[in-house]
Amino acid sequence: MIPNAFDYIKAGSIEEAIQLMQESDGEGKFLAGGHSLVPLMKFRLTNPGKLIDISSIQELKGIRQEGNRLIVGALTTHKQLYSDALVKENIAVLADTARTIGDMQIRNRGTVGGNLAHADSAADLPGVALALEALMEVQGEDGKEVIDIDGFFLGPLVTALPETSVLTSISFLIPPSHTKSVYLKYAHPASGYAVVGVCAIAGVGEDGRIDFVRIGINGVADVAYRATTVEQALLGELPTAESIQRAAALAAEEGEIGNDLFASEQYRRNLATVYTERALSRILL
Amino acid sequence: MAKLIGTPQKRKEDPKLITGNGNFTDDIKLPGMLHGAFVRSPHAHAKIIRIDVSKALALPGVVAVYTGNDLVGKVKSVPTMWLLPGADLKPKDRSALAQGKTRYAGECVALVVAENRYIARDALDLVEVDYEDLPAVVHQEAALLDGAPLVHDDVAANLALLWKAGEVPEEEFQNAEVVVKQRLYNQRVIPNPIETRGAVAQYNPGSGELTIWCTSQNPHIHRMVYAGVLDIPESRLQIVAPDVGGGFGSKIATYNEEAVIGHAARDLKRPVKWIEDRKEHFMATTHARDEVIEVELAGKRDGTFTAIRVKNTANLGAYLSTFGAGCPTIDFGLMVTGAYTIPKASVVTYGVYTNTTPTDAYRGAGKPEAAFQIERIVDLFAQEIGMDPVEIRQKNLIPAEAFPYGTAMGVSYDSGNYHYTLDRALDIADYASLRAEQKRLREQGKLLGIGVSTYVELCGFGPSKVAGAIGFQGGVWENSTVRVHPTGKVAVFTGTSPHGQGTATTFAQVVAEKLGIPIDDIELISGDTRSVSMGWGTYGSRNTAVGGAAVAIATDRVIEKAKTIAAHELEVSVEDLEFSNGIFSVKGVPTQSRSFQEIAKSANFAWNLPDGVEPSLEGQSFFDPPNFVYPFGAHICVVEVNVQTGEVELKRYIAVDDVGRVINPLLAEGQVHGGVAQGIGQALWEGAVYSDNGQLLSGTFMDYTMPKARFFPTIESHFTETPSPVNPLGAKGVGETGTTGAPPAVVNAVMDALRPFGIKDLDMPLTPEKVWRAMQTRGENA
Amino acid sequence: MTCKKNISLSVNGVTRQAEIEPRLLLAHLLRDELNLTGTHIGCDTSQCGACTVMVDGDVVKSCTVLAVQADGKEVTTVEGLGDMEQLHPIQQGFWEKHGLQCGFCTPGVMISMIGLLKENPNPTEEEIRDALEGVICRCTGYQFIVSAVQHAAQLIAEGNAVKETTMSTGEGR
Repeated sequence: MIPNAFDYIKAGSIEEAIQLMQESDGEGKFLAGGHSLVPLMKFRLTNPGKLIDISSIQELKGIRQEGNRLIVGALTTHKQLYSDALVKENIAVLADTARTIGDMQIRNRGTVGGNLAHADSAADLPGVALALEALMEVQGEDGKEVIDIDGFFLGPLVTALPETSVLTSISFLIPPSHTKSVYLKYAHPASGYAVVGVCAIAGVGEDGRIDFVRIGINGVADVAYRATTVEQALLGELPTAESIQRAAALAAEEGEIGNDLFASEQYRRNLATVYTERALSRILL
Repeated sequence: MAKLIGTPQKRKEDPKLITGNGNFTDDIKLPGMLHGAFVRSPHAHAKIIRIDVSKALALPGVVAVYTGNDLVGKVKSVPTMWLLPGADLKPKDRSALAQGKTRYAGECVALVVAENRYIARDALDLVEVDYEDLPAVVHQEAALLDGAPLVHDDVAANLALLWKAGEVPEEEFQNAEVVVKQRLYNQRVIPNPIETRGAVAQYNPGSGELTIWCTSQNPHIHRMVYAGVLDIPESRLQIVAPDVGGGFGSKIATYNEEAVIGHAARDLKRPVKWIEDRKEHFMATTHARDEVIEVELAGKRDGTFTAIRVKNTANLGAYLSTFGAGCPTIDFGLMVTGAYTIPKASVVTYGVYTNTTPTDAYRGAGKPEAAFQIERIVDLFAQEIGMDPVEIRQKNLIPAEAFPYGTAMGVSYDSGNYHYTLDRALDIADYASLRAEQKRLREQGKLLGIGVSTYVELCGFGPSKVAGAIGFQGGVWENSTVRVHPTGKVAVFTGTSPHGQGTATTFAQVVAEKLGIPIDDIELISGDTRSVSMGWGTYGSRNTAVGGAAVAIATDRVIEKAKTIAAHELEVSVEDLEFSNGIFSVKGVPTQSRSFQEIAKSANFAWNLPDGVEPSLEGQSFFDPPNFVYPFGAHICVVEVNVQTGEVELKRYIAVDDVGRVINPLLAEGQVHGGVAQGIGQALWEGAVYSDNGQLLSGTFMDYTMPKARFFPTIESHFTETPSPVNPLGAKGVGETGTTGAPPAVVNAVMDALRPFGIKDLDMPLTPEKVWRAMQTRGENA
Repeated sequence: MTCKKNISLSVNGVTRQAEIEPRLLLAHLLRDELNLTGTHIGCDTSQCGACTVMVDGDVVKSCTVLAVQADGKEVTTVEGLGDMEQLHPIQQGFWEKHGLQCGFCTPGVMISMIGLLKENPNPTEEEIRDALEGVICRCTGYQFIVSAVQHAAQLIAEGNAVKETTMSTGEGR
């Protein structure tokens, strides 16, 4: 499979990238690792006239801590993410999730920004980003802005990212120290993508009751979502098998549950419940 | 004599492959070479109203565009090669490029030829084709119904063939103590070698010679067929199978694309290359299985089987592929009684045209389906009478002393010790402990399942007169020449065409052991119709049992002639000579001797040959096997089914196979691993899915599950050896044992795990959702 | 028509220049332009891994990378591993343990397993099977591939026949 012809230009800075995109008259696409874009182009499902390569822009790289957040440059590869000491130490679940993405070759090449900006619910990072209350730091023609992850995924493969803006970095919440977290996924046996992925973060207060819980679910629905009903059902509860089971039963209450050759809507609902229960049991029991 | 047969040897094939020096079809690059790409029908069934190639032709770099009309009188349809007699066969051949109508999604409509593959791909989008969509039919049972769309207007009810064999009086079932009946669907699977199909063609306008390098398992069959399709004498058509990246049956068939590429090279007088991409491969290369099998097994309360009758409704796709008619009939039907003494049997097969990719051989071709239905129905029979599935097998397996055993289907199983092989598997698995463990886990609500299959399969087709009787358009003998160079180095020519089996190694082991020379002194030459005079290729596990036998016989003929020359030089009679470790010596006088290399030189120089002996040292054999060979085995699978998700976890897989004499145990085990992986793949994950209007929904590796490493436990592979009396090596065949033995072992295991739910049968593949749903409904709908 | 690009990259230690269309895939650059046909294409959708090569020491699928993205980088293909005089341990492992049958996926599988061994020099069977997620082999059932990787790990640990240049490609940059 071979993509349509296009022009290619390398951007040296964020500003240059934005300007090149503006000049492309809607024909342009940003190219980072290319692992979301190139496969679509090979199928000719997307046919940009111009690729603006942002992969060498230094400002888009690196991982740093700011208060209770980690700021991850958009160009960080999945491998860099799970190998990074700051990430492993502060947000183990982010590292663990990155380690399960696709396969070794894809993890070496795919980027955090590309993965999230592609807004594929079956990817692994959307769930964890939702649970970690990610803030998408964006730079565009009108300067910088921050888009809350809750408002970022608008539909399958559609985000709130303006076309001429560059996703520069993603800020992830460092979960409170008393919490535990896990990402569990059921991978499609052929594609490796998540049929369901559940990121759960939860902690129990001194009174023995659940005082912090965040659940992001990807794969199940056509857009990844935060399972707020599950969270609410757990807050203030004692962490028991029963309370977890009751709450997990609500896992598929949000979002348009998908349906494909491999898994029907009904089965996906079941998987969402099972995996949410397993994830919560893992960290709370 | 140095012992090589039966020893593990590193492969002679590997050095080039592990250093990136293989020569696969897409690696071939010729001066001035053009690239072809095929426009394919997006519709499963449509009339072609208009084709406009002008925009494509106008694209810079496009050299030519061919449509069906351009090929009239130049490239004929590609004929089927299995003209099954007595079945009212209505063969329908694929046009080189579609004319008037397309009958499956992916059928070739036009060929674009351009300066490189990128331009060729761009030009595809510029060929304008107007279609008138017609109603399509994709399922074979639907295609047989009144009022179903007709794939071919002159084939009533889409019935391509109706084949019957064997007879069982109705009373056998009416009066039987027990009759167990089951409908089984052996789903459509896609062979999917990792190298797709492809071809490079080169024409010499001066000599009129055409060479086609292509991904073939049997270049001589390709030559025979394409010579007719392209109207070129075989002497001017050379087919070369270079390194071939797996076939599994899909590269046996002769297709239209390779012939059309050959024509384009002839027409344009420039080399042309075409390489399938994976998406094309999914549509354009043969699929397999897709048989609805209804089986009834009659027997006694004590577990003795008395009769079986089977109906197979097989989906042949839109055209009759090369050997498509044989898979669900001969290959399937002759083996329906399996490894058991069942005195009466009958089979009827309906072969049906549908608007889908044609089906043909896939690793086992009919035999896996036969084993599947008998092994499943045996389990259901055991369940019905409350007997352990192992006990019922032990009761009905053909006893060792009964061989050669004539079956109710009229074939003669060559040799076997079925009980011993089963006992070995039971020992290795520790069957009694497994059952105890199962009981313990069931009490905890865990679903452990144990599945057994004791399969037998047929391979190494022969003799050729049988091929003739069943309408197979070709011989099934094999050819080998063993040529000794003056230095004593040996070239072995074979008409088989290996593509991953390690034949260069196994055949060298046979020759080296016989001649007493180093294995490195031997080279195998195969896969080129110019180098090898004739042969029938590598498929149906015939490589060693037939091709290897020819090599062994040809080598013996070399020794015989060499002995005559050595006796002459040593001035003794041939009877006074012995040959050991590459040395001819006078019996009792070891100092009077000649080495094999010395005789090689003498024979080739011909300075001093005995009267009546011609120069050179070559042996040739055209070995026509007197019978089929019948490998068999016992496989045991242990699974655990997840109650919450329906996922099937493979806990253990034990394969005890008897493939006759094993030439190279390392390679034989590799064959078992690969075959078992494919067999498990069919049982659990693989399946081609069409939409009702004939779109292939599982059309990439994103949707069609190719088994991955993490799916499998360590496969515990063991062999028992019961030599075959059919050929001088005593070898049977190892390639198809896994795809034959594994699917029923796995499905039996999963059904065993699901017994607490009262679920008796589920169709393959046993995907998590299917298993989960069955548990949800507690088997009510299963 | 789109503008061609000039790129320069190091392939198996040799600097190569090419004038290419931006859409040219790295796999096609290697195979068609540079005649390094050991790297194969099997699936086109990033599943089979037959096209796996190393770019700056990381294993990647060259059918999903544009050649322009490899501009200025160091690429290692199967041809750069070892020759018959001095095989790379992974090649030795595959040969000795019968880790290949048709050999079509093998170059990509070997390269990807070098990637594993760089991260994890002593992998368990489970870790090897997990790391094989990015490749598909239709012939072997993977079992002898696992043996081959284990054998290679052992050879490397013993310090046998390690080609420093290969194992360290792209590191320390």
